[in-house]
Amino acid sequence: MKAASFDYARPLNSLDAIRLVTPTDGMAKFVSGSQSLGPMMNLRLAQPEMLVDLRGIAALRECKAEGNTITLGACITHAEIEDGKVVDGTEGLMPHVARGIAYRAVRNRGTLGGSLAHADPAADWITTLRVLNADFLVAGPAGERTVSSADWMAGAFTTALDADEILCAVRFRRLSPTARWSYYKFNRKPGEFAEAIAVCIDDSANGVCRAVIGALDGPPYLIPNARALIDTAMPDAHLEAAGLVPGSYEYQVHRVALMRAAAIVREHGRNPQ
Amino acid sequence: MTDTFTQAVQLVINRETVNSTVSPRTHLADFLREQQMLCGTNIGCEQGVCGACTVMIDGVPARSCITPAIACAGSMVQSIEGFDDDATMNALRTAFSAEHALQCGYCTPGMLITALDIVTRLPAVDDDRVRLELSGNLCRCTGYAGIVRAIRRVLDAQREQTATPIASATAAATA
Repeated sequence: MKAASFDYARPLNSLDAIRLVTPTDGMAKFVSGSQSLGPMMNLRLAQPEMLVDLRGIAALRECKAEGNTITLGACITHAEIEDGKVVDGTEGLMPHVARGIAYRAVRNRGTLGGSLAHADPAADWITTLRVLNADFLVAGPAGERTVSSADWMAGAFTTALDADEILCAVRFRRLSPTARWSYYKFNRKPGEFAEAIAVCIDDSANGVCRAVIGALDGPPYLIPNARALIDTAMPDAHLEAAGLVPGSYEYQVHRVALMRAAAIVREHGRNPQ
Repeated sequence: MTDTFTQAVQLVINRETVNSTVSPRTHLADFLREQQMLCGTNIGCEQGVCGACTVMIDGVPARSCITPAIACAGSMVQSIEGFDDDATMNALRTAFSAEHALQCGYCTPGMLITALDIVTRLPAVDDDRVRLELSGNLCRCTGYAGIVRAIRRVLDAQREQTATPIASATAAATA
């Protein structure tokens, strides 16, 4: 199918972009790579009256490392993260995750911020940035604000963003060189959305040992202290706390993902590259 | 068809600057096929899954069915018609023919664009990685075996070509 009729603008700064969207009362949408919104518009699941393309705003592509703090601009593409064209700071975790997102042709246009603002529960960045405990830097008509990792995603396809707010960047603490990490995604075909995701970070130098269960019905589920999980591989209490029903298919695939992620950190330190 | 939102657009298609008008709802694949009469780009699923519509945008493969043409203003687009003097693409075409890498041919324009990306970006990959990289392009005829062989053939030929100068340099050094 073809998208319904819409207007289009590509402003050069965030203020102009917000000014275009604010008066439309939610009928205009921000877009970057259009790799999720594009299909939804072709299927007419989404029929915005206007798209405001954020790819013309240079500030949204700025990445920096300041001390132990990494900031990644929202309009960085998955392929740029995959290829190491932007500062990593995750000891290879983010490039590894990027390589598993959809297909190269999609990764060339799809963006980090677009995926996080779309907030598909089965997507990779929404899960990964949760385990990194990232802050989300937002700009809107009232100025700038920071949303914590815990507050970012409210539910499936629902974030803390107002309709006229832009996700500008994400900011997180750099992992130490000795950090161990694992990422396990369960899907039937490469590039599909995940049926289950589990990700672990064991960064004792920073006093961090976290795991996240992703691809749930709603937001990713954080295990703030994953030491016992990694050491003993007893995942069931966490899976039930995440809302999964024992005996169900979803429970079983998430159990496999969490067990595998814990085992990778325990036995190998990191996913093989 | 009239659309009140129609805008002027300038972009480069197959190395020629194109000035046109386009409705924002028109995706790049339709723009190429229906306004530029470049019908080599095929449309399959129109939701970004099948890969038939893959073209190069600014030198990298992208899905033209989920990319509005207006979002390509200022970009360089290369469709399958734009590679006639590209030696690597011609090697791929010969290999696709020799290895029976197509039957109905509907997926082939997208397959060739993806194959070009694989052999240029990942010159040292094994067949498993080729299959992984091809997972975003669906073919319902071949079972992919011929496509993987065709890409393998070009990868091997590239490796031989890059190996030869080093061998002759060694020979020249010892002579």
